Amino acid sequence: MAENQWPLWEIFIRSKQGLDHKHVGSLHAADAQMAIENARDVYTRRMEGVSIWVVESKYVHASNPDDAASFYDPASDKVYRHPTFYDLPDELKHM
Amino acid sequence: MSVQDLEKIFQDKIDADIRIEPKDWMPDAYRKTLVRQMSQHAHSEIVGMLPEANWITRAPTLRRKATLIAKVQDEAGHGLYLYAATETLGTGREELLDQLHTGKAKYSSIFNYPTLTWADMGAIGWLVDGAAIMNQVPLCRASYGPYARAMVRICKEESFHQRQGFEILLTLSKGSEAQRRMCQDAIDRWWWPSVMMFGPNDDASPHTAQSMQWKIKRFSNDELRQRFVDICAGQVKILGMTLPDPDLVWNEHRQHYDFGAINWDEFWSVIKGNGPCNKDRLEARVKAHEEGAWVREAALAHAEKMSRKRAS
Amino acid sequence: MSSSTPLLEYTLHLADDVLILGHRNSEWTGHGPILEQDIALSNIALDLIGQARNFYQYAAGLAGNDSGESIYPAGGGGVVTEDTLAFLRDGWDFRNSLLTEQTNGDWAKTILRQFFFSAFQVDLYEQLAVGRDTTLAAIGAKAYKEALYHLRWSSEWVIRLGDGTDESHQRMKKALEELWKFTGELYIPAPYERWAAEAEIGPDLSQLRVRWKERVKEVFDEAGLTYPVTEWMQTGGKEGRHTEQLGYVLAEMQFLQRAYPGCEW
Repeated sequence: MAENQWPLWEIFIRSKQGLDHKHVGSLHAADAQMAIENARDVYTRRMEGVSIWVVESKYVHASNPDDAASFYDPASDKVYRHPTFYDLPDELKHM
Repeated sequence: MSVQDLEKIFQDKIDADIRIEPKDWMPDAYRKTLVRQMSQHAHSEIVGMLPEANWITRAPTLRRKATLIAKVQDEAGHGLYLYAATETLGTGREELLDQLHTGKAKYSSIFNYPTLTWADMGAIGWLVDGAAIMNQVPLCRASYGPYARAMVRICKEESFHQRQGFEILLTLSKGSEAQRRMCQDAIDRWWWPSVMMFGPNDDASPHTAQSMQWKIKRFSNDELRQRFVDICAGQVKILGMTLPDPDLVWNEHRQHYDFGAINWDEFWSVIKGNGPCNKDRLEARVKAHEEGAWVREAALAHAEKMSRKRAS
Repeated sequence: MSSSTPLLEYTLHLADDVLILGHRNSEWTGHGPILEQDIALSNIALDLIGQARNFYQYAAGLAGNDSGESIYPAGGGGVVTEDTLAFLRDGWDFRNSLLTEQTNGDWAKTILRQFFFSAFQVDLYEQLAVGRDTTLAAIGAKAYKEALYHLRWSSEWVIRLGDGTDESHQRMKKALEELWKFTGELYIPAPYERWAAEAEIGPDLSQLRVRWKERVKEVFDEAGLTYPVTEWMQTGGKEGRHTEQLGYVLAEMQFLQRAYPGCEW
């Protein structure tokens, strides 16, 4: 990375009150304050947001795709965690 | 796992329309091709700001001025999204810009043509953005996740660009004689370069097959070009103008328009740097970057001082 | 022939200020120091031009209201519009302050120009928003929020550049030398501004000046810049006597409307 490059930030936007912040992309900024303002100008020009989170990219830790099988496959046979697993009569209401 | 196995898993995912994400294994050639394609697209957005920014200060009404600024600003945004997506592949923006500034990386040749009249703002919006959209919409389904997501955002924003351009031409087409002349002249100058934007004919485009297999290109150059010609041939009638191609004629049998031969000599020579504005465009970008160096340094220096202050 | 009223002149002054500054800022579009800031400054240009349109539309209504010919230029059908006001008046009819028409120079000068203006504009619009003219009050209320953001953005940049590196500090000092003499005019009322203050439409500028000084000093302190001792201030822009810069802005901006009169665009 070139010496004078501003660090990269990941941008999360809440599109309206009541919803989660969602990752929308990234951008460069010299500091957190500037990252928020840049995000305002870059990612909310069309009223896409009401709240912004920024995280410097280097602080994001991600799971490794190589672990995907051991991470996620074990959940696939635990169908009893889902409501449809249970066989109940149709007459049963409000459940 | 052997490379062959990894490649098989990779291609199976792509065949099953499962997106590839940054940390997934991918063949070097895929990564390299993507970096080239995405950065070339990003460069095109950034260089593409220049011919239009050229007319911001001369826009004829306040409404036109505002929409043109908003449009050129969107292009900066699009360049930014694409650089950011490219960075997920491990190449920083500074390095990508360096490739542009030193002439190692290409950008779309269309932006090496000059914008001579106000009508060019209309023609660029209608034809150049029209061709770009034709290329870009299929890329919203590109196999590389960050690329596809950037393209979704870009296509959403682009939709006003083409309408903005067509509206400019439509107004001119209903205007004075001088305005109608301006309108036709712009169409005459931008038509063929726009048709060339789809790249060489399929038989002369060696990367196409591999890129299609990787789903980072979803239709061939000639397919998209045909679609573009068909649409524009209809739209130009609304303007009461003509496309500068005597061979343009509806082919009942093919259910497509036939069109004249493309001047590939011109295409290749503009790519090689002999377009009317290659030098100006690149110089303007280099100048902005170099003259911005002290600004970027100062912001970084201040940020460092502040974080030291907070730490102590 | 309808004569110009103080309200019309005041409205045109408000419009001209933001059109000319917005136009200047838009010269940066495509040439900014980094993409993110290119986008940021273009946003400010868009806000300012949007404000200008609102003011001009109001002015056009005022200019065209009287029976008979307006002294202001009209387009097709003799109608005065936002565009005839922006594109068909000559420099001596423009009522913008000298500060807004100064050339962009480097990023430091552009930032400082914006900062000086925004530090004035926030208080101006805040007052306008509670003034007696309902249209100007509505425009002021909406634009106030924009100005507040511009002030924040430009203040941060003044601090960054003043504090950043030796080079950026020197450039800020140079920008300050170039621009300072145009800041006094903001607070020296033109006759229509005195009228507006008396009519309780706009603010009393002498009161705004105190607040401006505080704002600027506060930011300069953080930026490590010295607040200059007041020297001779240039004036005249608000009454149509401009620096040479404005003529070039207008020559470029008005070219199409002048070359092809009476057209729709």
